[in-house]
Amino acid sequence: MKRFIALLAACTALAAAPARGALNVLACEPEWASLVQELAGDRARVVSATTARQDPHRIEARPALLAQARRADLLVCTGADLEIGWLPLLQREAGNAGIQPGQPGYFEAARFVDLGEKPARVDRSMGDVHAAGNPHIHLDPRNLLKVAEALSARLAALDARNAGDYAARHRDFSARMQAAIARWERDAASLKGMRVLAHHRNWTYLAEWLQLRVVADLEPKPGIEPSAAYLAQLLEKLKAQPAKMVLRTPYQPPRASEWIAERAGMRAVELPFTVGGSAAAKDLFSLFEDTLVRLKDAAQ
Amino acid sequence: MHRILFSAAALALSTHALAQDAQLREEVKQLQQRIQVLEGRAPASGESAFNPGISLILHGRYAHQKDIEEREITGFAAGGHEHGGGRGFSLNDSELVFSGNIDPYFRGYATLALADEEVEVEEAWFQTLALGRGFTAKGGRFLSGIGYINEQHPHAWDFADQNLVYRALFGEHLIQDGVQLRWLAPTEAFLEFGVEAARGQFFPGSEAGGNRNGAGAWAAFAKVGGDIGSSHSWRAGINYLSARPRERESHFEDVNDIEAHAAFTGDSKAWIADFVWKWAPEGNPTQRNFKFQAEFFQRKEDGELFCEDNTAEGGACAGLADAYRSKQSGWYAQGVFQFMPRWRAGYRYDRLDSGTVDFGATPIAAEDHRPYRHTVMLDYSPSEFSRFRLQLAQDRSMQGVKDDQVILQYVHSLGAHGAHRF
Repeated sequence: MKRFIALLAACTALAAAPARGALNVLACEPEWASLVQELAGDRARVVSATTARQDPHRIEARPALLAQARRADLLVCTGADLEIGWLPLLQREAGNAGIQPGQPGYFEAARFVDLGEKPARVDRSMGDVHAAGNPHIHLDPRNLLKVAEALSARLAALDARNAGDYAARHRDFSARMQAAIARWERDAASLKGMRVLAHHRNWTYLAEWLQLRVVADLEPKPGIEPSAAYLAQLLEKLKAQPAKMVLRTPYQPPRASEWIAERAGMRAVELPFTVGGSAAAKDLFSLFEDTLVRLKDAAQ
Repeated sequence: MHRILFSAAALALSTHALAQDAQLREEVKQLQQRIQVLEGRAPASGESAFNPGISLILHGRYAHQKDIEEREITGFAAGGHEHGGGRGFSLNDSELVFSGNIDPYFRGYATLALADEEVEVEEAWFQTLALGRGFTAKGGRFLSGIGYINEQHPHAWDFADQNLVYRALFGEHLIQDGVQLRWLAPTEAFLEFGVEAARGQFFPGSEAGGNRNGAGAWAAFAKVGGDIGSSHSWRAGINYLSARPRERESHFEDVNDIEAHAAFTGDSKAWIADFVWKWAPEGNPTQRNFKFQAEFFQRKEDGELFCEDNTAEGGACAGLADAYRSKQSGWYAQGVFQFMPRWRAGYRYDRLDSGTVDFGATPIAAEDHRPYRHTVMLDYSPSEFSRFRLQLAQDRSMQGVKDDQVILQYVHSLGAHGAHRF
């Protein structure tokens, strides 16, 4: 069955894609740009629509992004409605038939991963909830292995002549990532059970992987910035149930986490969150290495 | 589900020979993995399965302003389409929006503006999804792609009312019944071209002008844009509109200061230049951001003006037609700054030039007035779906009237609210 699908995909790709040089790939977030680089090397020209300093929920379909989407052979995004504020516009307005939903040129990473935190009920009074589940999947590296497998197959389908190359690169990446995961898990064993606070609910998968306990979020509801009153309330709760640190991304303002960390006697930690989020986080491997270094440093 | 499978498998395991044991274990493991995958996988995202996405905009205000029956801009023929409310408390149009993919090839969209005893079809169009090569075609009733603010619905405006430029040009915005073709160039920088052919029944066209074989209005535009570093992005455009109104009604004051009903037949040609620049530190607008936009227009009208006989009321019009020629222009510029999350402040300046209006032998005196307006606003958005706004304005768009206005407004959106354009 799998082979049949691959064959079918290869045939359609062969028919659809004229012979050309490198694949133009537009990644919605830096982690997927980095993954494409790992899996395609020079065979793809990759641009990321967002940087680590930008909130992927909240950018706009800028003219520059429309121009990129127009020329893209492949869009690689998280999906699960993370990019709902701008991605649908890029797909509709770019005049690019290949990157429409359902086409091989549109890849949604969240479809290949088991999403957690699916809300039983969806209502705007609950804040910015994602009906499909929590979309911030990339900080569990085991998810990257699943996404990489599907993405590699997609690259091969779009550029069938180099399918062998993509497969080899995927085997190499997968082996390196598996070895690294084993190493990181040994390395982070001391963090197991550590109690942490999260600014937004985008550390869920990291916490699940490292078995951290997220005791509360700074945001009263997803996507709604905490008020002073809410933080004071949270501070009361922390007195009874202390946590070790509060985690935030580079795109979130430090004020709330520093305010509460200072009063609760814990550390406010900015983790790179994605590739480019710190000077050290240059690719997916150094992203996790730097994350662990920072976590262990703050845990001491 | 898990449990049933597992107990079935356990039962199977206990009754089979050891030789089959390993094989069965493997099968169970595979089945469990499949269940996990099927249970956990996100459904394909999209606007609400097979129903169109529906959203409703609630929009109302309290206004403190002078009691003027017809708010017309001095020196400019009254435009058609307007949604303004009166004094005191009032409900603006409630917008009901439906959108969704029709099939793999087309997308459909409709906005209905609901008011008392009235439902107006603001937009109802389909758009192609699969033309490719940068082409997108649209057909139906749509907001014209010319200018910058034209495609924005009132709920997306940064001020409580439309700028004077668009009020003078179109009444509020230009709605086209027709077809549009856009082409996005395959270049590094954003470069887009578009053309529209439409019925042209709305101002500056006219109902009678739309009643023809062919198009009563033509529009064309070119837009260019890009990023400068990660903090700045911009877009600029040049736009052209040609309409062919017939018997377009408007009223003037004639040389005896008596109201004269007139009808224009001829050509109306407008150029619009638009520019928008947005700033956000490192491209992250959540804390602070700034938006500047400005548009300039020039319109020439050339044709014949028929002035209805008003001699019975002491007017000077004798029911004759003569040549009419006008050249008018105007511009506005506005800046909106989000200085902290949820809070934005903005300033807008509008200015029009009634320019040269040649009424020929028709006994109407050209008015010498340069309308302008200063507007400041402050708005507060508890979330991206709700907004409250306070706006103060000094309106000098009507000759001899200085109208100091205060508007308090709310704009809320419910449901599957689509992404806004840049």
